[in-house]
Amino acid sequence: MTAPAIETEGLRKCYGDVVALAGVDLRVEAGIVFGLLGPNGAGKTTAVRILTTLLPPDGGTARVAGLDVVRDAARLRERVGLAGQYAAVDENLTGFENLEMVGRLYHLPRREARARARRLLDEFDLSDAASRLVRTYSGGMRRRLDLAAALVARPPVLFLDEPTTGLDPRSRLALWDTIETLVSGGTTVLLTTQYLDEADRLAQRIAVIDRGAVIAEGAPAELKATVGGESLEVRLADPAQAARALEALAPLTDGEPSVLDATAVVPLRGRTGAIAEAVRLLDRAGIGADDLVVRTPTLDDVFLGLTGHAAETGEEEDER
Amino acid sequence: MSDLGYALSDTLVLAKRGLLRIPRQPDLLVGFTVQPVMFVLLFVYVFGGAISTPGLDYVDFLIPGIIVQSMVFGGFVTALGLAEDLKKGLIDRFRSLPMSRAAVLSGRTLADVGTNVVQLAIMLGVGFAVGFRFSTGVPRILAGIGLLLLVGYAFSWVFALIGLVASSPEASNAYGFTILFPVTFVSSAFVPVRSMPGWLQPVANNNPFTNMVNAARALFVGTPAGNQIWLAAVWSVGIVVVFGVLAVWRYRHTVGR
Repeated sequence: MTAPAIETEGLRKCYGDVVALAGVDLRVEAGIVFGLLGPNGAGKTTAVRILTTLLPPDGGTARVAGLDVVRDAARLRERVGLAGQYAAVDENLTGFENLEMVGRLYHLPRREARARARRLLDEFDLSDAASRLVRTYSGGMRRRLDLAAALVARPPVLFLDEPTTGLDPRSRLALWDTIETLVSGGTTVLLTTQYLDEADRLAQRIAVIDRGAVIAEGAPAELKATVGGESLEVRLADPAQAARALEALAPLTDGEPSVLDATAVVPLRGRTGAIAEAVRLLDRAGIGADDLVVRTPTLDDVFLGLTGHAAETGEEEDER
Repeated sequence: MSDLGYALSDTLVLAKRGLLRIPRQPDLLVGFTVQPVMFVLLFVYVFGGAISTPGLDYVDFLIPGIIVQSMVFGGFVTALGLAEDLKKGLIDRFRSLPMSRAAVLSGRTLADVGTNVVQLAIMLGVGFAVGFRFSTGVPRILAGIGLLLLVGYAFSWVFALIGLVASSPEASNAYGFTILFPVTFVSSAFVPVRSMPGWLQPVANNNPFTNMVNAARALFVGTPAGNQIWLAAVWSVGIVVVFGVLAVWRYRHTVGR
């Protein structure tokens, strides 16, 4: 196994009395998208700030790209890219000038900085807007430019802190495509998000963080498995037939079926052929069904199961 | 390249960014010029007749003082810019780059020198229009202009610290004006110190702002210089050193909001 791209042990950070990180252990293999998932105030941004050397930790250790975030901070900055929650680009510069400036601050020669700026604008579909002031850009364009700025030095490790917060659905999908393309090129990405579908779509591994601690870690499928497997949901034509429906569907389950409103919920023993079998069983018993669906648990279910509160209802206080 | 070489090139890259802001956000410069111009008109035509400045026309007394004041507040562009950079997360980006830790500040303060040159030209133009005339030779006038730019540069560092400490661009505005505005008034800029109450005179006389105004007056209209020019220069350099160290320290420990 190769060395991990990111490794933390017992990472701690407090702001006064508020514990932002209460001992976080992470291990992120190189070349994957790692999702750090949690509500507002969970400590995601604090973790990213420590890993990008913006904040010193109060305790524990962290290594990124093999470099210690405290002792090797200066060298580490050459090897990471950061795209934050807000598009951190200068409104009074053009798209091209922004990227050229960042390239020069990475100490690239002027010609190289300009060449990379042009190539990135092209890759991020911003060539037409290259010489326009950023304050005329849409939200989606700013985020793309911000992401491009994080890539100027071609960093092996990229930190994306809630990259799609506040974007409209179309820009979000476009940004997801971009991130997927990046990872196929070998970049390791640590992505924080409060959107479960985003983590589900992009991340190979996910750590769920709540109140400064990792409360679960694994592949999205593993996390979903922890809250149980798939279940069959049958909306009955006649709610009075509920008890008979559960009886008829009993061969499909070894769990505890239930009825909610006019819908029978039957935990499935196996996915294969379940729907066809259910139709046959219901038909044979003479029970009418309006709708029949197999539901896979989402990361929402995972989050609810792990924290006892839904992801969206996280504390509304400002992310630190 | 050496560390110092990188620090210098980082500073120049960011100074260019700061200078580009002037043509692209012209309302900013207009905002900072309108106020001193209005002060010139108000003091020359409204208060001037009531203020006695023996041996000197009031307009010749006033213009060097108002120019020093406008140089001091020229650094305000830095405070606003830094407060905005913090708010928008740009400071986080810069701090995550392998660049000099001081360049964000030294670049901005250097760009302010450019803003101050433009302001100085406007103020002298307005001064001439209301009757101000130099009464010294070219070398002294040039020395005066150099000193004014040094004063402006020094206060850019004061404003850099204000911009980093304030919680928002609006707050930096409030800090800047409530702290510095009275200080510029309890000085020799608008009225002779001798016309103030006895208890206030030592305060005004030891106000570095008074030294700077007296120095500008000596170099532009030939009032007795005494040790004022040296004091003004020493104060300016001292402010750069002290506030430079404080601002860079603060920058290193600051986080976006």
